[in-house]
Amino acid sequence: MAHVLLRHRDIPNLNQLDVYQKNGGFEAFQKAVTAMKPNEVTDVVKASGLRGRGGAGFPTGMKWSFIDNKNWPHYVVANADESEPGTFKDREIMESNPFQFLEGLALASYAVGANAAYIYLRGEFWQVAALLDEKIADMEKAGLLGEKLFGSDYSLKIYTHLGAGAYICGEETALLESIEGKRGQPRIRPPFPPAYGLYGKPTIVNNVETFTNVPLILAYGAEWYKSMGTPDSAGVKIFSLSGRVKKPGNYELPFGTTFRELVYNYGGGILDDRPVKAIMPAGASSSLIVVDDKALDTPMDYASVRTLGADLGSASVIVIDDTVSIDWVINKTIHFFKHESCGKCTPCREGNHWMLHLTERIHSGEGSQNDVSLLLNVAKQMQGKCLCALGEFATMAVVTGIERFPQDFQKAVKA
Amino acid sequence: MTKQLTLTIDGVQVTVPEGTLVVDAAKMAGIDIPVFCYHPKMEPAGNCRMCLVEVGRPVIDRATGQAVMENGQPKIQFMPKLETACTNTVSEGMVVLTQTEKVTEGRKGTLEFLLTSHPLDCPICDKGGECPLQNLTVEHGPGKSRFLYDEKQHLAKHVPLGELIWLDRERCIQCARCIRFQDEIVGEAVLGFEARGRMTQIISLSEPGFDSVFSGNTSDICPVGALTTADFRFGARPWELKASASICSQCPVGCNTTFNTRREAKAGGEIVIKRVMPRQNEEVNEIWMCDKGRFAYHYAESAQRLVKPTVRQAKASWTDAFDLVTQTFEASKSDVVVLASGRLSNEDLFNLKSLADGLGGKSILYTDMGGGNLTAQVGVGQGTDLGKLGKGDTILVVASDLYEEAPVWYLRVKQAADRGATLIVANSRHTKLERFARYAIRYANGDEVKTVADLQGDSKIAQEFANAQNAVVFFGSDGLGLNGSANLAAACAKLLQDTKHVGKANNGLIGVWQRANDQGAWEMGFRPEADLASAFKNKIVYIVGADPAGDDPALALALKGARFIVVQDILETLTTHMADVVLPAQAYTEREGTYTSGERRVQRFYAAVPVHGEAKADFAIAGEIGRRLGLNTENGSAMVTFDRLAASVKDFAGLDTNKLAEVKPQWPIVGRGDLYYGGTTYENKQGLGVQLSTAAERGEAVSLPEVRAESALRPREDQLLAVPVTKLYDRGQTVASTELLTQRIGEPTVSLHPETAKRLGVAAGGRVSLAFNGLSAEALVKIDDTISAGVVLVPRSMGLAVREPVSVQVLGLAEAKVS
Ligand SMILES: Cc1cc2nc3c(=O)[nH]c(=O)nc-3n(C[C@H](O)[C@H](O)[C@H](O)COP(=O)(O)O)c2cc1C
Ligand code: SF4
Ligand code: SF4
Ligand code: SF4
Ligand code: FES
Repeated sequence: MAHVLLRHRDIPNLNQLDVYQKNGGFEAFQKAVTAMKPNEVTDVVKASGLRGRGGAGFPTGMKWSFIDNKNWPHYVVANADESEPGTFKDREIMESNPFQFLEGLALASYAVGANAAYIYLRGEFWQVAALLDEKIADMEKAGLLGEKLFGSDYSLKIYTHLGAGAYICGEETALLESIEGKRGQPRIRPPFPPAYGLYGKPTIVNNVETFTNVPLILAYGAEWYKSMGTPDSAGVKIFSLSGRVKKPGNYELPFGTTFRELVYNYGGGILDDRPVKAIMPAGASSSLIVVDDKALDTPMDYASVRTLGADLGSASVIVIDDTVSIDWVINKTIHFFKHESCGKCTPCREGNHWMLHLTERIHSGEGSQNDVSLLLNVAKQMQGKCLCALGEFATMAVVTGIERFPQDFQKAVKA
Repeated sequence: MTKQLTLTIDGVQVTVPEGTLVVDAAKMAGIDIPVFCYHPKMEPAGNCRMCLVEVGRPVIDRATGQAVMENGQPKIQFMPKLETACTNTVSEGMVVLTQTEKVTEGRKGTLEFLLTSHPLDCPICDKGGECPLQNLTVEHGPGKSRFLYDEKQHLAKHVPLGELIWLDRERCIQCARCIRFQDEIVGEAVLGFEARGRMTQIISLSEPGFDSVFSGNTSDICPVGALTTADFRFGARPWELKASASICSQCPVGCNTTFNTRREAKAGGEIVIKRVMPRQNEEVNEIWMCDKGRFAYHYAESAQRLVKPTVRQAKASWTDAFDLVTQTFEASKSDVVVLASGRLSNEDLFNLKSLADGLGGKSILYTDMGGGNLTAQVGVGQGTDLGKLGKGDTILVVASDLYEEAPVWYLRVKQAADRGATLIVANSRHTKLERFARYAIRYANGDEVKTVADLQGDSKIAQEFANAQNAVVFFGSDGLGLNGSANLAAACAKLLQDTKHVGKANNGLIGVWQRANDQGAWEMGFRPEADLASAFKNKIVYIVGADPAGDDPALALALKGARFIVVQDILETLTTHMADVVLPAQAYTEREGTYTSGERRVQRFYAAVPVHGEAKADFAIAGEIGRRLGLNTENGSAMVTFDRLAASVKDFAGLDTNKLAEVKPQWPIVGRGDLYYGGTTYENKQGLGVQLSTAAERGEAVSLPEVRAESALRPREDQLLAVPVTKLYDRGQTVASTELLTQRIGEPTVSLHPETAKRLGVAAGGRVSLAFNGLSAEALVKIDDTISAGVVLVPRSMGLAVREPVSVQVLGLAEAKVS
C-alpha cells in the first residue's frame, strides 16, 4: 500500500518543493484558502476521525473547534520536541517529507485563523530546524507563505524555535513557556491552550505527525481516511519499533495492525529468535504489557491496547525479550524521568529522586523485598497528584513492572 | 457587585464571591487547608501539591441545564483524583471535602516527599518554632521516614543571595514563593530557579545579588527556613522572642511593624531587638516592609548614643542641664528658636511647639521640602487605601522616586497600576516606577510646575486625570529644594482642587516627605525656613532630632552665629559637638508615641527595649523645660501629651489613644496560627491608626496659594546644574550605623549624562570634583542617559550638601583617589 505520511519512501525527492507540488502538494492548502471557510476545514478533519499523534490521542478536529474566537490573535504550534525515548517518527517526516508537514501546519493555521505558526523542535534537532527554515523560505518564495496568500486576505508566517534539551518541553504548556523565553515548566491546566496558550492567546498545539495527516485528508476526504484503521482509531500511524527486534525502524501501518504483524512481519522477529517477554507500546512512559499470544494478536489501536492495561501513546513500540530483566528496564526509565523531571511539583521532583535510589539499590543487588514494595508504594503515592503527566508517566513502568513481573524482582533482590 | 456563590466545605455552607479559590473560601469559613506554595497575595502556582482536597460538582442535565437530583439532593460528581484547592475556583453547589481518608493520605504523601530532601535541622533553624513545614509535619506528616537518611541529597547551606539574604539550599522546598513575590508583587525579577528536577535551586539573577529593597519579605513568606536575613540568622529562637508593636520611622509610609526582642547575654543581660517584622495593616503596608525599615534599626544601639547630658561638652546632671537651659530660655524668651525634625513624634513636636509659642519664640521644621500646609487641606480623605485603587483611577507621581524615598508606596502604586489604575510618572529622569506607568513624562529640571499645570488642558493625559473616578497625587523633592517643592505642591493642589479630586477617600495630595513624621510636624504648626543662617543669627537655638552641622558645612558656619546652642538628639553628631548643652534623647524603640504618616494616618508605637543610659523622651524633655518656665506642658506620659494635643490641634479633635489602638478583621488572615498561609508577618492587635480628615472633606473653605513657577537656575556655560535626589540607603544618622547596609550605602556617587561624562573625560566608576556654594567635594560617577546633559544628580545625605538646585563646577579627575 502506498504511504500516506512516509510518502517519500514511494516518491523520490519529495523533499523538493517542485516534486512535492507535482504530486499534488499545496493544492489542498490553496483550495482551503480560496474556496473554503476556516470552519469547513475543521469540519473535514473532525469527520475524518483524526486523533492527535503526540500521545494522548485527543480528537484533532474537536481540539481545533475549541479555539476561543473571542480572543485574538490565534497561534498554531507544531510540537516537534520528539523526546520520548523510542520515538523517532517526527524526525523522519520533517527530514524527508517536510512539505506535507508544513502544508498540514498551514491548513491548521487557516482553520483556526492563526497568522503565525511556530514549530518547536528539541535542541538536538538543530539540523532539522535549519532544513525546515530552508523549506519555509522556499514556500515564501513560491508564494505559499506570506501576505495575502493566493489573492485572499489570509496571511501566514511560520517560525522554527529550538528548545534547549528538556523532555518536559514536549508537554504542551511547558513548550509554550519555553517559546515565550521562560523556564520550560508546565502551567496549571485548565485553562487549556485553545483558551489560553502562547502569550496568553488561544493556541492549537499538535504533534508533527498529526499535522502531516491533514493535507491528504483535505485532498481525498474524510471518508477515504476513515476507510483505513479501525472505527475507534481512524487512519494510519507511524509505529517506531525498537528494542530487541531484528529490523527496528518506522513503519507506517493502519491502526488495528497487530503487535505480531509489527514485530514479526515488519520487524523481522526477535534477535536470536528469542521469545518476546514484554512490550512498551509508548516509549519510556508506557505500562509494560505482558506478552503472550493474546497480546501479540491484539490490534494496535487506542481502545484495544487499553484492554492490555496500557496506552498506545505515541506508538513507540519497545520490544523486550527474555534476556532482559524488568528491574533493569525500570532502572533505565527512572534514570530518565529523574533526569527529566522539571522539578516544579513535589511528588514528581521528590518521588523520582526517591525511586531512583530504590531502583538503583534493587538493580545492583543491594535491595530487599521491602525495597520493592516500598518502590511500588512510592510510585503509587505519586499517582494522581502530579502537576503534569510526566510524573504519572514515571510511575507506569514501575507499577506495572513490579505488579506484572514480580519474579524478576524476586531474583534481583537479596534473598 | 460580583456574583456570590454558595458551596459546602466539610458540611459547612459558605457563600463567597465568584472567582474565590477553594483554599480561600475554606479559610473564610475557618477551615484550614494546608498550603506551601499558595500565598493569598499571589497568583496560585499549584506546585507543592499540599492543598489536595476532594472536589465534587453538581451533575447538570445537558438537556435541561438543571441539576440532576438524587434522593432530593443534587447529585454530586466527584473528580476521580484529588484536586488542588489553590488552583480551583469555587462554583455554585460545589462540595469540598478536606478531611477524608483520601485527603489525609494525599497530605501525608506530599509531606513525606518533601521530607525526603529536607535536612530536618529544625533544632538549629531560624524558622523552627514558626515554620509551616514543621507545623504541618507535626499535624499531617508521617510518623517515621521510609527514606534512608544516608541517601539524602546534601547541598550548600550558607549561600548568600545578596548580602542581606542567605539561602540554605537543603531547606528550600521549591515553592517559588520568593521568586513570585519578586516578579509579581515587586516587579523586580531578581530571583529565579536554576537547573531542574531535584537539582532545582534558587539563584539570584542580579548584580549585586538580590538587588531589591524588598528582599526581607521573602524570608517572611518562605514556608521553611531556606531564606534567612543576615541580620537575624542564628540570632535567636522564635519562641524566645517578645513582640512589641511599632511604626517604622524611616519614611512617611508609616509601615506597621513588630520589634522582636529578647534578653541577651551578649548585651549584658539587657533586652535587645533581634529583628523587625512587618505587622499587617492592609491600608498602609499590607504585610510588607522594605529592607531599610527592617534592617536600619541598629542606630538605636550605636556606640554613638548619647547617654548623659553635657554642659559645655562636659558630662552634667539633668538638673544642671535643665537649670542652664531654663535660665537661658527665660532670659531670652522670644530669641529662642526651636529647630526640630520630622524624626520626632507628634507628642514631641507638640510640646516643642508649645514651648516655642509659650516663649514667643520661633519654631522651624528642619527640612528641604515644602507644601505641608496643603495636605491638611486637600490631602487624601479619610478611608483612603491605595490598595483599593484600580481601573478608572489615576495616580500621578511627580518629582519623586518612590522606590528610593518611600518603598512601600512604590509597591502599592505599582500594584494599583497592575490592577488597571492609570499611573502617570513625571520626573526629570528615569525612576523604577516609570516601567509601570501608562504615561511617563520627562521634563527639564525647573519645569515641574509647568508640567503639572499642563495636566489641566485638553491633552489625553489631562482628560484621563480629570475624568478619573479617583485621583491621588504624590509629590516629592526629587531635583528640588524647599521653594521648588513648595511651588510644586501648590500646582498639584490646584490640579486636584480644579478637577474635584479632593475632600474624599482615595483622592488628594500626598507629600513624599523626607522624614517619617514631617506631616505630623506640619500639623503641629512647624514650618520650614529657607534662610536658616539669618534665623540662627544671635539666637538661642534649640535643635531637636537634627544634625544641620553634619549635613551642610554652611549650616555649621551659620550655627557659629548663634548665641547659645542646645542640642537634643539620640546620637553624637557634629551639631552636638557645637552645643553648649546636649540633652540625650530616647530612641523611638525605647518609648511610646505617635506618628502621622504621609497619608495623614496617626499611628501609635510602643516601647520595645529599655532606655539607654539617662536618656529621656523628647516630649518629656521639652515638657520639663516648659514646666520650669511656668508653662503647663506634660513631662511624664506620652499618651497624656497626645490627649492634650488632640484637645488643641483642630484636625486631631476627637482622637484618643484608644481609637488609635482599634483593630478590625483584615484579609488575608495572617498571624501566629496561620503561618503556613500568610507567612510570619504579625497580626495587628495593637491598632490600625486613624486617618485625619482634611479641610476639604469637612467642607471648610480651602485656601490654596497662588501657583508660582520659579524660573530655573541657569548655570554658566562651564557649569552644571546640581540637583538633589534621595537615595534609600544614605549616610543619614538612622541608616549609617547599620553595618549590614554599608555596601548598599556605598560611596558618594553623582550621576552624569554620558555626553557630559565624555566631555569631562570620566567613565562610570571614575571620579569627579564638584565645587559649589564655596565648597568642594569629590564623588564617584554613575552614568544615567535619561538625565539632561546640563545636570548632575547629587544624592542627599551622602556628604555632598546640595539642598536645592545650585550651579556647580564639575571636573573630571584622572587618577582615582581614595576618599
Ligand atoms: C512529559 C510530556 C512530554 C511530551 N512530549 C511530547 C512530544 O515530544 N511530542 C509531542 O507531540 N507531544 C508530546 N507530549 C504531548 C503534548 O503535551 C500534547 O498533548 C501534544 O503535543 C498534542 O498534540 P496532538 O493532539 O497532536 O497529539 C508530551 C506530553 C508530556 C506530558
Ligand atoms: S510532574 Fe514532574 S515534570 Fe510535571 S510539573 Fe511536576 S515536576 Fe514538573
Ligand atoms: S527559598 Fe523558600 S520561598 Fe523560595 S522557593 Fe525555596 S522554600 Fe520557597
Ligand atoms: S517603606 Fe518606609 S515606612 Fe515602610 S519599612 Fe520602608 S522605610 Fe519604613
Ligand atoms: S499546590 Fe496548592 S498550595 Fe501548593
